[in-house]
Amino acid sequence: MSVRLEKVALTGNQALAHAVRMAKTQVVAAYPITPQTSVVETIAEFCAKGEMDAHFIQTESEHSSMSACIGASMTGARTFTATSSQGLALMHEMLHWAVGARTPIVLGEVNRALAAPWTILSDQSDSMAQRDTGWMQFYCGNNQEVFDTALLAFKLCEAVLLPAMVVLDAFVLSHSVEGVLLPHQELVNQYLPLRETLAKLDPDEPHAFGGMMFPDVFMEQRFKIEESMDIARGVIMECATEWDALTGRLLKPLHCYHTEDAEYIVMCLGTAFGAAMQAVDQLRSKGIKAGAIRMWQYRPFPTQELIDTIPDTSSLAVVDRAVSFGCGGPVGTETKAIFSGNNQVKVYNYIAGLGGREIRSSSFEKVFSGMMENTASQNKINWLEVRQ
Amino acid sequence: MNEPQAQTTELLTADHCKTSGGHLACQGCGGALSLRMALQVFGKECVFVIPACCMAVIDGPFPVSSLGVPLMHIAFGATAPTASGIRAGFAAQGKDEILVVGWAGDGATFDIGLGAVSAAADRNDDILYVCYDNEAYMNTGVQQSGATPRAAWTSTSPRQAPKYAAKKDIISIMAAHRIPYIASVSPSHPDDFVRKFQLAKKIKGFRFIHIFSPCPPGQRFEERNTIKIARKAVESRVFPLLEIYNGKKLTLQDIPDPQGLEEYIKLQRRFDHFSTEDRKQFESDINTHWHELHDWAIQSGGLTGENGKRNS
Repeated sequence: MSVRLEKVALTGNQALAHAVRMAKTQVVAAYPITPQTSVVETIAEFCAKGEMDAHFIQTESEHSSMSACIGASMTGARTFTATSSQGLALMHEMLHWAVGARTPIVLGEVNRALAAPWTILSDQSDSMAQRDTGWMQFYCGNNQEVFDTALLAFKLCEAVLLPAMVVLDAFVLSHSVEGVLLPHQELVNQYLPLRETLAKLDPDEPHAFGGMMFPDVFMEQRFKIEESMDIARGVIMECATEWDALTGRLLKPLHCYHTEDAEYIVMCLGTAFGAAMQAVDQLRSKGIKAGAIRMWQYRPFPTQELIDTIPDTSSLAVVDRAVSFGCGGPVGTETKAIFSGNNQVKVYNYIAGLGGREIRSSSFEKVFSGMMENTASQNKINWLEVRQ
Repeated sequence: MNEPQAQTTELLTADHCKTSGGHLACQGCGGALSLRMALQVFGKECVFVIPACCMAVIDGPFPVSSLGVPLMHIAFGATAPTASGIRAGFAAQGKDEILVVGWAGDGATFDIGLGAVSAAADRNDDILYVCYDNEAYMNTGVQQSGATPRAAWTSTSPRQAPKYAAKKDIISIMAAHRIPYIASVSPSHPDDFVRKFQLAKKIKGFRFIHIFSPCPPGQRFEERNTIKIARKAVESRVFPLLEIYNGKKLTLQDIPDPQGLEEYIKLQRRFDHFSTEDRKQFESDINTHWHELHDWAIQSGGLTGENGKRNS
């Protein structure tokens, strides 16, 4: 099949909407919140113009959006919603339900800090706060990746019967225009056939879903979710490899920049990676063996990939754009746990870029200095560029 | 008391859609009885959504289910949007003929799910929403809800600190949404119950049915008195039986000579502590609501007898 591509100037939110359209999503339920709005506005317009044959439900809250998605998904329909920040927090109860019900919903999550105080700008505290719900999470680095990740997410979710978040930074991706290659619809059809599922609401084969489970089976139900998370690791690679074969673009759990021989590495999620790579270039020009990693796949956590990637005797600074107060950054603490038995890899945790504060290449240079000059603490949270 | 019509008896005792035995309802549960009657009307081509409530327990724990139709359990405040999602999912697959039923208690409807019910009604989503109302959070141990009558005992409105407000007027709230069909029914009036459910099954758009659902342990009465209490509620004007079309045209089953309020109160120990003042206020709340509905009926749909026939 020929790979016919069309390069279009799209914001991250529009790229996401196009992926939802090309995935032939059947039900979309959503409630507006900045900076997510243009995702669902674009979808509503696709539906109104007949460019997309989906049922669009505007609800009165994100709690109801997720409820509607769960209901729709239980009929076997392909289902999508999008939200941000307060909206994701309001969904929390139903995020758990979506996982327990094994509904393969895809959620576009435009990262925005949580109030109070009010802000509409980006950090990752909203999605990180949902890390224990059982949703898979993928943090995108550019608008093309938003599009590619969304299509992969549908395929993956329907294979492992877990939902997934496609996560993108507010404004830096959601409202910034980049060239995005849109594949021909036939190629998407080949990659992502219509959803088929056996377990669904069907009067011809009536079952009750989500009813009371006693301790004799409840833990097994939970174990099955964890088992599916493990299975997902392999399925993600399969889906990514297939997409790579069709488009030449490979989605990877970790995007690495000069890490092979690196002595000092910074790791982040999302768009801060650009500044991290700049800082690496700056240090490399001075002969310092610096490297950077962008984590695309956050749930399931890429444990083995990290072990395989981080060179022995290196120092690793995890820069979190979220904080678990009283403990540390979510990614930082989890990464430290992986290397806790390894005395050779030093892991530092930085908190940066909260509430839309920019993380510049000079910021990452400070992180590198902290590791190199031993001024950073391994035992405490390192707050980057904050007035104390 | 009229005997049910022959066709009602036949429908309600037919084998085609009986709930299975062994479900977990308490003896004398008005909700379980109503559910059985409704299922007999719906037949097999339906899907249920049930939130946290007694009915989520009554259906039975995994892997058993006594309803015999597909059932989606969902969180407390999520009945209506889940049903809307199911409707949309079916519509996307050309399965418009399947009846989608939300079946929720008064807590899920009057309180935690009210905004979500309102939104689904506002969108006029094609679902049948049923509220079985036992006037408190019975499944969690009898706490006050928006449906609890003024001063009735619950575990969070004890005698010393009674509920201040009258029962929330859910019928008027739903009527304000101009939905195609609203009805109130009582399991003590099976002809009326069956007729209204049959009608609701046929109508497209958002339909709302309010069931008076006596609860022996929660309202504190003997199990054998469920139907008696339900009947007294209707005959004393405590629970008016009505239908509202498009939020405007109301037909009310007339109770020209209300009777049995005293016995209705006396049969239920949740009213044990009523002072003369409580008793007067309770009756006043009932009369106020009744006269509002009566005036509305006179101006629009009119009054009917127990058989649903229009009074001249």
